[in-house]
Amino acid sequence: MREKQPDRRRVLAGTAGLALAVTLRPAVGASLPRTETTEDAIRRFAGSARIRPGRVALDLPPLVENGNTVPLGVTVESPMTPDDHVRRIGVFNERNPQPNVVTVHLRPGAGRAQVATRIRLADTQRITAIAEMSDGTYWSGSADAIVTLAACLEG
Amino acid sequence: MARTLINLPKTAEPGAVVTIKTLLSHPMETGFRPGPDGRILPRNIVTAFVCRFEGEEIFRAELFPASAANPYLTFTWTATRSGRFSFTWQGDNGFDQTETAAITVG
Repeated sequence: MREKQPDRRRVLAGTAGLALAVTLRPAVGASLPRTETTEDAIRRFAGSARIRPGRVALDLPPLVENGNTVPLGVTVESPMTPDDHVRRIGVFNERNPQPNVVTVHLRPGAGRAQVATRIRLADTQRITAIAEMSDGTYWSGSADAIVTLAACLEG
Repeated sequence: MARTLINLPKTAEPGAVVTIKTLLSHPMETGFRPGPDGRILPRNIVTAFVCRFEGEEIFRAELFPASAANPYLTFTWTATRSGRFSFTWQGDNGFDQTETAAITVG
């Protein structure tokens, strides 16, 4: 009979643990579980190719008030001729639940390697864009954004 | 049918670089966000966008949950000849919508 009675100490320890779990919840929510690391996503985009810094410029506001819609522009230095053009641009984040932001495919007929879109940012983080050129080289550029109201977390 | 906004000049000089702006009215529900009842809302996003000129692909984008609601894309095209653009968005729950726009070159 005595065995089945809940031990006072154990009950107290359990309550303390529960209280701790409850206080920790906001912190757990802030660092969302990620489906994949940024490095893995970039490797899936670029394979084992060497990625050099340069030629890619990001236009991202340094201070973002609302992470739900953030204007992003990407420009790649390229003449966009049939012999020398940008094939793909991949944009990656560091702290959203999923590392991919957008991937665009360009043709030499685009005239300019310049795209713009609007993205979501779940936290203050660095955004990286990687461009694949027609000669098979990869170039990257990045920009930092401080986010005051995060996307995803607020309902 | 979702509302779309497509912005491009009606006419262009041959060889001029034209900026094409597209916007689609779509919630782009991420699949990571809790709803009013605390449960995670199922993902509902547009995953692919293609722009074709006279049937030939000129621009393509793969979209992810990190794209903002009402996905907006701007890209460029070098004017070669008059013709029609088609813009196609595809996504979750069988979402598929195509719009067209014409341009006169010369």
